[in-house]
Amino acid sequence: MSERPTATAPAAPAKPAPAVSPEMAPFWAAARRHELVVQRCTGCGALRFPAREICSRCLARGVAWQPVSGRGTVFTVAVMHQANHPAFAAEVPYAVAVVELDEGVRVTAQVTGIPAREVTIGMPVEVWWDAVSPEVTVPRFRPRTA
Amino acid sequence: MAAHPLRAATAIAGLGITPQGKVYGSGPIGFAVDAVRLALEDAGLPREDLDGLLVNPGLTWRDQGMGSFALQQAMGLRDLRLTATMNLGGATAGAMIMHAAQAIAAGLCTTVACVFSDAPLEPPSPEGKRTSSGAAYGFARGFEAAQGFFGVNAMYALVARRHMHRYGTTHEQLGAVAVAQRRWANLNPQAQLHDTPLTLADYQASRWIVEPFHVFDCCLVSNGGLAVVLTSAERARALRRPPVYVLGMGQGHPGGDPTETLASGAPLAKRTAFAMAGVGLGDLDVLALYDCYTFTVIVTLEDYGFCQKGEGGPFAAEHHTGPGGRLAINTGGGQLSSFYMWGMTPVSEAVIQLRGEGGARQLPKHDAALVSGNGGVLSTHSTLVLSRHAS
Repeated sequence: MSERPTATAPAAPAKPAPAVSPEMAPFWAAARRHELVVQRCTGCGALRFPAREICSRCLARGVAWQPVSGRGTVFTVAVMHQANHPAFAAEVPYAVAVVELDEGVRVTAQVTGIPAREVTIGMPVEVWWDAVSPEVTVPRFRPRTA
Repeated sequence: MAAHPLRAATAIAGLGITPQGKVYGSGPIGFAVDAVRLALEDAGLPREDLDGLLVNPGLTWRDQGMGSFALQQAMGLRDLRLTATMNLGGATAGAMIMHAAQAIAAGLCTTVACVFSDAPLEPPSPEGKRTSSGAAYGFARGFEAAQGFFGVNAMYALVARRHMHRYGTTHEQLGAVAVAQRRWANLNPQAQLHDTPLTLADYQASRWIVEPFHVFDCCLVSNGGLAVVLTSAERARALRRPPVYVLGMGQGHPGGDPTETLASGAPLAKRTAFAMAGVGLGDLDVLALYDCYTFTVIVTLEDYGFCQKGEGGPFAAEHHTGPGGRLAINTGGGQLSSFYMWGMTPVSEAVIQLRGEGGARQLPKHDAALVSGNGGVLSTHSTLVLSRHAS
């Protein structure tokens, strides 16, 4: 599904490539396969995102990457009207939400496919994949029917 | 019960405020030098008397590895006995004063300058392009950058939206805070927006930055520096300015997720500070509350117990916190309307009010002040109780 109005006109500056930390590298690799994964602590089983080196709950280092449903609801949302980076200038206003996935873990990401100001707390959403460059694919969310 | 040994052991003896706002031609260290010099002049102390220097670096200090040493060298200070570069965001000013007061009371040093400065604004370009308005605050990393999720404004917006959803806080209530503080700023010649009135209709019609925040929900961005000089209470009494005694100090850093808690570290910081000072909310006439956003003021009112949790919005609106209202808050205009020197903005207004130097905005009753500092996204908190009376 083509979600966004041609966000990358020919002269548009490139979006900032996410700095891929060692902890997050498996996430970005999975994203290119259109698979949403979060960290699961092998010590206590807690899910977490974004990635961290150590579990803040039990302080264990062991980690597994676990696929999650990509389905959830909007926990809270902000509508960005200012482009803090020129690559986003053509897209404002756009909505960035904290999405609480069905598994309980939260992901902060854009919600598209609906006017930004119509994104509300509690709205059911699902993940879709935005290939922003040949190297980087980014998860976004869009409304789903409950 | 015996009074706490730190209660009124030290005092703010000098205040230095450089020109604020769109002031160019100086970097952050230059502004810090100016602010410390002004604070020393205000106290009537020579530079040689300074044996402590604490620095809260603004974002444009980023190239300075050891900020307080850079400042020491920049202003030729010798033989310091206490120095540190501290960063708890907006809670740093209170934390610096706490650190200074403890060191002075313990006999580790005698005279400590605490300073904040920053220079994020660039002069207008010859082509008339828009100047940078705090681009330094629009940072993002990794995953968030890929989502176009930039900056502190957006982080607070997520928390504010949740507060509005859970408690019914409205734009009108946020706007009431902005309007009240602007009316105070209109009485403060040092305020960046001294000459600019603001009505609720202006607020409602103003542009969005990050919904739910209009531009007037967000603090200013300022170039400048602001310093205070602390010394022992006994010595302060012999100096030329009226002493502003430090009666109570506390910190509170709650941890966790602010979109979940919708709360600051104020309850914890207050407990320590009020117990030390031996005061309750009703004893405090000057309220200098950290206001990076209108929303922060509302949360702070709740967390200090002016009202129940969740009722900060209606409380702020109904109390008309501007001039002539039922509860005076941020009488200089705060960071929303005077200048953004992080936690030093509320410290400076408390000092001005307690000394009776508020001019057109002076409160008739100005015996004791509550100063709050808040950093990160409701992450860090400091409380000061200041008074013009030692007992």
